[in-house]
Amino acid sequence: MDWRRFGFIFLVIAVLFGVVVAIGSKADSPVLIITSMLATTIAVATPLTLGALSGIFCERAGVVNIGIEGMMLGAAFFGWLAAIYMNTIFGFAPLPSLLIGVLFAMLSGGLFALLHAVLSVTYKVDQIIGGTVINILAVGVTGFLNRQLFFEKGSIFGGQVPHAPGVLPRIQIPFLADIPVAGRIFDQQPITIAAILLVIIAHYVLFYTPWGLRTRAVGEHPRAADTVGINVAFMRYANVVIGGMLAGLGGAYFTLESVPSFEPLMTNGRGFISLAAMIFGNWSPFGAWAASLVFGTAQALQINLQFYRPLIPDQWAFLQNSYIVGLAPYILTMLILTGIIGKTTPPAADGVPYEK
Amino acid sequence: MTDNNIILQARGVTKRFPGVLANDKVDFDLKKGEIHVLLGENGAGKTTLMNILYGLYHQDEGEMLVNGVAVKVDSPNDSIALGIGMVHQHFMLVPVFTVAENVMLGDETTRRGILDRKTVSAKVKELSHQHGLDVDPEALVGQLPVGIQQRVEIVKTLYRNAQILILDEPTAVLTPQEADELFVIMRGLTARGVSIIFITHKLKEVLAVADRITVMRSGRVVGTVTPEEMNEAKLASMMVGREVILKVKKGEAEPKEKILIVENLEVQDDRGVEVVRGVSFEVREGEILGIAGVQGNGQTQLAEVLTGLRLAKKGSIFMNGKDVTGKTPRPIIEAGLAHIPEDRQRHGLVLGDTVADNLVLCTYYQPPFAKWIVIQQEAVDANARKLIEEYDVRTPSPFVLTSKLSGGNQQKVIVARELSRDVKLLIASQPTRGLDVGSIEYIHKEIIAMRDRGIGVLLISAELDEIMALSDRIAVMYRGQIVTTVDAKKATREELGLWMAGSHA
Repeated sequence: MDWRRFGFIFLVIAVLFGVVVAIGSKADSPVLIITSMLATTIAVATPLTLGALSGIFCERAGVVNIGIEGMMLGAAFFGWLAAIYMNTIFGFAPLPSLLIGVLFAMLSGGLFALLHAVLSVTYKVDQIIGGTVINILAVGVTGFLNRQLFFEKGSIFGGQVPHAPGVLPRIQIPFLADIPVAGRIFDQQPITIAAILLVIIAHYVLFYTPWGLRTRAVGEHPRAADTVGINVAFMRYANVVIGGMLAGLGGAYFTLESVPSFEPLMTNGRGFISLAAMIFGNWSPFGAWAASLVFGTAQALQINLQFYRPLIPDQWAFLQNSYIVGLAPYILTMLILTGIIGKTTPPAADGVPYEK
Repeated sequence: MTDNNIILQARGVTKRFPGVLANDKVDFDLKKGEIHVLLGENGAGKTTLMNILYGLYHQDEGEMLVNGVAVKVDSPNDSIALGIGMVHQHFMLVPVFTVAENVMLGDETTRRGILDRKTVSAKVKELSHQHGLDVDPEALVGQLPVGIQQRVEIVKTLYRNAQILILDEPTAVLTPQEADELFVIMRGLTARGVSIIFITHKLKEVLAVADRITVMRSGRVVGTVTPEEMNEAKLASMMVGREVILKVKKGEAEPKEKILIVENLEVQDDRGVEVVRGVSFEVREGEILGIAGVQGNGQTQLAEVLTGLRLAKKGSIFMNGKDVTGKTPRPIIEAGLAHIPEDRQRHGLVLGDTVADNLVLCTYYQPPFAKWIVIQQEAVDANARKLIEEYDVRTPSPFVLTSKLSGGNQQKVIVARELSRDVKLLIASQPTRGLDVGSIEYIHKEIIAMRDRGIGVLLISAELDEIMALSDRIAVMYRGQIVTTVDAKKATREELGLWMAGSHA
């Protein structure tokens, strides 16, 4: 991650924070605004971070995965479904139900990824098409099951959405969460905290362990890996499935941590934005996390501006329209992908099936 | 029983690929501490045999013995365990990894699950000292010159305690001096008991380094000989199966008008690195200018710019009196360019199209091949029949997919297409790479014939012998610059080699 890139990240975050502070300072203190915006940013960046980590594991091993969006959507649904089953049918308490939901979300992400691995590693199908298949499949399957299970008469839940077991509880990080005002930043839900830990773990795995060395070798020069006895197909399968489980955890964020419900298409392009974060972060976990925070800030802008809507001055009236503000992450994505903030280099064998 | 000295033996190894008998009952043995050269043309089955020994392929029949014991080698893991190491023709190194990372890959040393880079670096240093290889374990492989990368490959095998070393065409990417250094290293290794199989098709170096020579031709072993009983001509006829003219016959050049003028050309590669740095030269009608140099010194990008496949950053190109700087390939071709590209399969042919269609790739839009927007199939077919006959392209019919032809015949299709047009300048990049001796002879003759017809020829080749045999003037490219231009008659291998290595005073 070069300085130009970091500079850009700081600049965007500063400008977006500045906008909210400028508008909201009539009602609240700047410190309060910044803290609450920072807390929101970290939380909403979670699925992006996990999606980007998912992409990093796949692509570092040489498999392009544009199916992250679908994997997240599928995981969001199946995780939520599992939690409801546990809670209402099997009578588990809310917290264990939610945790089992998270497990199922990761499992379903892993299964979608396994499909992707079969298509792209074993059958050498064009990986973009494989990913697209997963995206379409996830939309279809979740939409269909959502309707059949909850909205059809005579279905298992009797045509109505059961009372969900709520969302994962907040965890106050000891000491840090006790800091006045700024402590709010360290009061987060478990998947958010896990995502940050996973960034650190992913960095260590990729750059400091034999597994990471082999994974990167397989993504850079699979034949070289093959000649020293590394099983290229196995490494690709394993990393794609790991990636799928990370995307699954990202999917769980939507229905088990953010809101206690499922809506069709609720991932809303987050999987694709996380790919942009992966690219902008140059396929490195910390870089991708920083990029996710930029996108997270753009989203936090929309959320935090709502509180101060009456205070928006007339000349900035367009900011009152939450749809326009909601475009920010997508505009940012396009801007970043044009490469004006410096070029990045993907793994050399990214997207290339390995032929013996 | 077997000779105690024989460390590796292949008995009756047969390997079939669809439609090809790549190895036909091959017998081969390697003695401890010897350099055994495996000589043969491209496609003779040398690499197939070695890939079987190394476990990348599995033989259909026959057996392999290591130290007199029959072994089963199913994967590189097995061969590594048996002490066999291979340095592949195309290096098996990850460019973005350090030397130490490349060396340990697949056989990592760890401390509590974390890569132990320090220990590996120390071992790499020790090994490279021991064998005079001199590599820096912390350097990024992609930033090392090819000669050093090759040493990294050797260190990689030694790190795995290889006792048998297979070197596949190791000198293809080296300057003559680097090759000599490699031979010294090889001698040092055999002195320590390592046995080496050295694969090559270069006759000169065979006689210089071999203890024994096994010659292969179309999948069979022709014989095993010693260098004392051989000379180049005898080896060549063993390799090809007939008498071969090693010298190209060529008269005096009669240079006329300047046909190509290149001034201060600067070119970047795909990564934005400046790879051609201020090159100026000219080619006259009726002469061959050879550009010598080790691969990767900017020749590829130079050829791409001259043929309109890449934009120059700076400088100008005049062809046949026209300024063609920044033009696309079509106007350049129309200005009288014939181009034999470096990679015939990717840039020379549409492999999925028929031979007939490939033969009109430069002219299909012009009469007689097109009327308005309609292709005149009859004219295309007639053209194909005529050129196939004239240039002796061995194809069952003009309507066979070009991908089905052998490398030599694919190259003949390109030569036929390019040289049959009314051209003023020929740019030929590595025109004989990977071809058999017969095709090489043929293409060399065609290039000389072009020159004698008054066409200017720019020949770019990494094969110094080819450059010296064909050129009238020789320019040497090193790190993106032309470091010298000499009269071919006065040039010596040694001097050119020094220029190619950038070490000429």
